[in-house]
Amino acid sequence: MDAVIENLPTYLEGFRMTLLLLVVSGVAALILGTIIAAMRISPVASLRGFATVYTELVRNTPLTLVLFFCAIILPYLGSRLDYVTAAMIGLSVYTSPFVAEALRSGINGVPLGQAEAARSVGLGFGQTVSLVVMPQAFRMTIPPLINVFIALTKNTSVAGGFFVFELFAATRELANANGNAVIAILLGAATLYLVVTIPLGVLAAQLERKWVVQR
Amino acid sequence: MSHSSVLFDAPGPKARRVSLISSIIAGLAIAAGLAWMVWTLAQPRESGGITLPGFFAPTRWDIFADPEVWQFIIMDGVLGTLRAALVAAVFAVALGILFSLLRSSQTSWIRVPTMVVLEFLRGMPVLLMMLFILLVLNTGSYWAVVAALSLYNGALIGEALRAGLASLPRGQREAGLSLGMRPLQSKMLVEFPQAFRQMLPIIVAQLVVLLKDTSLGYIVGYTELLRTNMNTLGSFYGNRYLFSLFVVTLVLYLIMNLSLSWFARWLSKRTASKSSGTQLDPEDPNQAILVAKASAAARQSGSQAGSL
Repeated sequence: MDAVIENLPTYLEGFRMTLLLLVVSGVAALILGTIIAAMRISPVASLRGFATVYTELVRNTPLTLVLFFCAIILPYLGSRLDYVTAAMIGLSVYTSPFVAEALRSGINGVPLGQAEAARSVGLGFGQTVSLVVMPQAFRMTIPPLINVFIALTKNTSVAGGFFVFELFAATRELANANGNAVIAILLGAATLYLVVTIPLGVLAAQLERKWVVQR
Repeated sequence: MSHSSVLFDAPGPKARRVSLISSIIAGLAIAAGLAWMVWTLAQPRESGGITLPGFFAPTRWDIFADPEVWQFIIMDGVLGTLRAALVAAVFAVALGILFSLLRSSQTSWIRVPTMVVLEFLRGMPVLLMMLFILLVLNTGSYWAVVAALSLYNGALIGEALRAGLASLPRGQREAGLSLGMRPLQSKMLVEFPQAFRQMLPIIVAQLVVLLKDTSLGYIVGYTELLRTNMNTLGSFYGNRYLFSLFVVTLVLYLIMNLSLSWFARWLSKRTASKSSGTQLDPEDPNQAILVAKASAAARQSGSQAGSL
């Protein structure tokens, strides 16, 4: 316990970087994912095909490979990004297809009859989408999106293996420095991760439980 | 669902032409982007006064003509990855079954601690768990990878199975009990097989995640595909081959993961046509578990209200 309190500044430094990675790559993944989702439901066939192939390929690539590419192969190819930016790019790219799928399955989850009914009472495209489809799709989208961000929180730890000093890297350093208090050090780091992931998980489960009946 | 047919009027010849033209333009733009990337990579580059060949030059790929390199990649890399994944998968499914039974136990002093443990395992990064096992139990990197992956994925599979158990109609258990089975017998013989079959696509999808996560072994020092190719072969053959080795690694991973996820999708289609239940999305096991749990809870509260 003493080891944890003594090293609190190191923890917090790492934790700050974890949160920074989470927020920046979360927002970037949200934007990128929305674009991919829009491409996937667009009437333009080639964009649809591109988005499908992108989703399939990125989702089946291990995150370690993505970050390895960003941190080691990209500089080798001549990029001058620093490791934090590279990790952010890697995490956003890796997360974007999951965001796109969450959005797409939300929109696809609205029963066809809803749109048909809206159209048959005379609503136009904009009205159908904004008044009938989107409010329902929104409910179905939020819990899976929260889940994506929980996964992202845990995934930021992989960046610690590629020269970014975040919580995992800080923990590894502390564990190596304090050989006699390894368990306490590791539990301290786990607590910091759980502080983010468990409330989000509870929120997602609650929203899902609330909204599953209304569908 | 094809919204396009419902949300707006059926496209006339003009709208169809516009969509065709924009499709061709977008296709050309994408092709041009890819071509530009390939062209840039293929250019010879200057490095400290010497000109190196482009990344598609044969001198950067000639090591792959050597069968010994392939033997190394397959025997050390692919087998190292598959060995960890297979053993972890067996343990994860076994742990998942155990967790789901403990978690849905009638006795609260079994149920509540299991719940805490499951939440703990699910909320922690796998990588941290690997480090934990590596440092605290001092097991060596192979068992650290296998144990962490088994625990993490076992927790998720356990949640999935529990959701499957909870979503069964209550009559199944009542019928088992009324035949004189003990609660555990009814659970194992009547309820569990059904839950397992219903959740099989999610379990296989979770195994895809497990296979992907074996690459985390790279960070804790386990010799799997990425480490074999990039560190061992990369340092043996020198910097020149780094890019080609990475491409080969990526392709091998994609082959393994894509075949397993296609299997999961096929399985989910097959089970969906068999059981009339809702088709759970095998793409995202986390979300599928969430949906299954929520609908199970909804159904339970519904049936309780009905029986009152």
